[in-house]
Amino acid sequence: MLENAWIIPTLPAVAFVAIVFFGKRSPGKGAFVGIAAVGASFVASCVAAGQWIQRVDNATGKSEGLAAFTKGVVSAGGAHAVQPVTESITWWQNGSIKFGVGTFVDGLTVMMVVVVTLISLLVQIYSTAYMRGDRRYTWYFAALSLFTASMLTLVVASNTIQLLVGWELVGVCSFMLIGHWWEEPANSRAAIKAFLTTRTGDIGLMIGIIILFFTVGSFGIGATNLYATSGHAQHAFLLAAAVCLLVAIIGKSGQFPLHTWLPDAMAGPTPVSALIHAATMVVAGVFLGARLYPVFFNGFSIGHGGVNAMALVGGVTIIIGAALAFVQTDIKKVLAYSTISQLGYMVMALGVGAWSAAVFHLFTHAFFKALLFLGAGSVSHAAGHSFDMREMGGLRKKMPITFWTFVIGSLALAGIFPLAGFWSKDEILVNAGKNGYTAFLVVGLIGAFLTAAYMTRVVYLTFFGEYRGHEHPHESERAITIPLVILGALSVGAGLVNAAPLGLEKIKDWVQPQVAFPHLNNAAFDYPKAILSVSIALAAIVIAGYYWLRRDELRAFRGLTERNALARSGYQFLVNKYYLDYLYEDIIVDGIRGAVARASYWVNQHVIDGVVNGLGSGSTRIARYTYDVIDQRVVDGAANGIALETDRAGAEVRGFQSGHVQRYALVLFGGVGLLSLALFLINIH
Amino acid sequence: MQLNEFLILAAFLFCTGAYGVLARRNGVLVLMSIELMLNAVNINLVAFSAFTKNVSGQIFALFIITIAAAEVGVGLAIVLLIYRNLHSPDLDEVDQLKG
Amino acid sequence: MWEQQVAFWVLAVAMAAAAIGVVRSRNIVHAALFLVVVLAGAAAQYILLAAEFVAWVQVLIYIGAVVVLFLFGIMLTRAPMHDDAGALDNDQRWGGLVVALFVLGVLIALLVNAFGGKKIHFSNALVSLGRTSHVGTDIFRVFVVPFEVVSMLLLAALVGAVVLARKD
Repeated sequence: MLENAWIIPTLPAVAFVAIVFFGKRSPGKGAFVGIAAVGASFVASCVAAGQWIQRVDNATGKSEGLAAFTKGVVSAGGAHAVQPVTESITWWQNGSIKFGVGTFVDGLTVMMVVVVTLISLLVQIYSTAYMRGDRRYTWYFAALSLFTASMLTLVVASNTIQLLVGWELVGVCSFMLIGHWWEEPANSRAAIKAFLTTRTGDIGLMIGIIILFFTVGSFGIGATNLYATSGHAQHAFLLAAAVCLLVAIIGKSGQFPLHTWLPDAMAGPTPVSALIHAATMVVAGVFLGARLYPVFFNGFSIGHGGVNAMALVGGVTIIIGAALAFVQTDIKKVLAYSTISQLGYMVMALGVGAWSAAVFHLFTHAFFKALLFLGAGSVSHAAGHSFDMREMGGLRKKMPITFWTFVIGSLALAGIFPLAGFWSKDEILVNAGKNGYTAFLVVGLIGAFLTAAYMTRVVYLTFFGEYRGHEHPHESERAITIPLVILGALSVGAGLVNAAPLGLEKIKDWVQPQVAFPHLNNAAFDYPKAILSVSIALAAIVIAGYYWLRRDELRAFRGLTERNALARSGYQFLVNKYYLDYLYEDIIVDGIRGAVARASYWVNQHVIDGVVNGLGSGSTRIARYTYDVIDQRVVDGAANGIALETDRAGAEVRGFQSGHVQRYALVLFGGVGLLSLALFLINIH
Repeated sequence: MQLNEFLILAAFLFCTGAYGVLARRNGVLVLMSIELMLNAVNINLVAFSAFTKNVSGQIFALFIITIAAAEVGVGLAIVLLIYRNLHSPDLDEVDQLKG
Repeated sequence: MWEQQVAFWVLAVAMAAAAIGVVRSRNIVHAALFLVVVLAGAAAQYILLAAEFVAWVQVLIYIGAVVVLFLFGIMLTRAPMHDDAGALDNDQRWGGLVVALFVLGVLIALLVNAFGGKKIHFSNALVSLGRTSHVGTDIFRVFVVPFEVVSMLLLAALVGAVVLARKD
């Protein structure tokens, strides 16, 4: 399977053609064809993964044996390093330049194909129920198949040209799927916005590929990485290429400041959002960063501790994305901003030299983010196709499976031990700290706090309180809940793949390349940091929960406190300052009375009350401050300011866009003339 | 004969065609100007074919003639559509993409 | 050799003048007729370059088919067939002129720099190169796949033109 990895992307591609031509007449109106193809692709991916693991284990086993034999002279990653399996044929030849097409299979590829095909399979199964009765049902499944095929093409690509082809195909497919309900003008606008914004980044990819080609002399991914890790690489060219490729990552992976398309992309059907956010579209950028990591590592001099563009972009995105998630009332938009923030973690991790942590986070994030999106879709499917959290609430009892899986996903996203998100996020933070990027460690911790807080808000608004919509919500059917349960299980268990304290470091062993790769030191598991990050997340959940309870008090509805005994008692517990007043005044004071009583009363009034009051009002104040300053002023202000500036710049440029095609042609010819003149003057000597 | 005699004639035809594309208002005239530019390319190809004693240039010219015929067919259909919708064959009227 | 030279210059001057006629004529039918002159001149130039087959294809397809298509286009769009000053030009003709002359200047400079002094040598081999039999052999041996692709393209253009121009 490692040599025949081309089968994996080919199957969904064939399914696309089959569905387009014969879909309407085939069983399930094309859905079965798509599911069968991606299922077969998933099986093939698993076989490939098994063979890869075998290969790695054999190689390491051999080298260990040999090392024991020769008393440890063979260094790790030396003679017995596991080579990637490459297959390539010449596609076409232009002069002496060969353009190949082929497969490049290593641990990263294998991991990605498994994740992509698995998520895609679950999404397609889910879609059979979610999209039932849609007017373009068959076409929808065709587009999903093509989407999967494109992403798989990108993942297995053996050269940058093929990668670019897959990259662009992914963009086109996301355009088609985001605009699936194009009758609504807002949807088609969102599709165009997504396409054009990512295209902006694609220019970076193209220039980066061209720079790399002229630096390395080959389009091959293996050759590029080998060149970048060899000592004699020209640093200036690597830096230029790395900057261009970073622009591509920013565009595709929704990094600041090109993240704006991602929330709008929620206009597409929810399963598509799940696919875009978990497996196909946005992770392509991070994958590019991981695939050509030596270029970034040496281009940005990541090993040397200074602040670099990649870590900075990721760090800024973490905070911006997480802060924006607070002001959304649309459940999908909260998740979209959360994706932006989580992708920020991955890019930051790449930027601070934590390759395996970034890839690990990509792996776990795929599961819980797909779970959250599919859960949100299940909620809206039940609640009259609305995504507005103001029309939800109280769905906990009515849709228990959705509720529990969503909570698992949220906890995993918040990074609570021992769910998947904990292991990967913790590894990013530990590595950031260890490689000397303390500032980014702090940013990551702030991000963890914000993540936990906004997810608490989402869970509270959606599932607790009283139902505020006008439908009759009910649990979704099997085709929807089964993928949720599978993803829920993976969100719990996927983290164990690389759970360092348990001695499992399979991402490092199996996925991290052993040839043509910079030497990275993976940090050991750090208990204080892990406990710190988990307690920060828990504190955020408590504070946010408290804040939302208090908001309830201010508003008309008090659903949670009236209906749920535990919540009511917790609420009462907080309202009554932890019952300490009763303890002191009623029991102790009444019981003893006298001098001791008076003394205790004094202590109660001045010391304990003060502490309690301070705690209570303090957390309220923090919450309110978060809302007033961060939500309303900073985030809104930044968003509006950027919009205003863009508007102003647009107004100045728009005069140029006269709409007259001949005016454009005039500029085109003038530009061609000027460029030819420049070329002529340069070459004339 | 000098190779450049043909090439400069072709360059002249090309730029004349370009001027026509830029300055003509009528859609049919713009298409005619495009034909001028395509012909300039053909003269180039045939001249290089004779210069290098390689028949490929002539075959490319044949392909271009074929494609030009297809292009005129589609182009005139578009002009016809513009005429039908805007009641004028003038390309100035087509500015729906104005920013 | 001088006959060729003379023929070239006579044709070149006629083609240049007719080309200017195409882009400056105030009557759209005259512009189409000027185009015929340019196309016929190009065919004659191909003969001068010993590309016999291309020349006849040029006459058949361009003058025979494309120009007729243009005349149909003129008729169907009811273009003004009388002399009407300025109505056929838009308001960027001076800009267009500047750009066209600029590009022409750059092109001539480039060509003189790159191919100045290069000569085309005429011989019997060159004449046999352009013969129909030779071109045909090459098309159906070396270029057979592009040839088939072009036939698909023509079909697509045919369907596209019908779809576009259809009234519904």
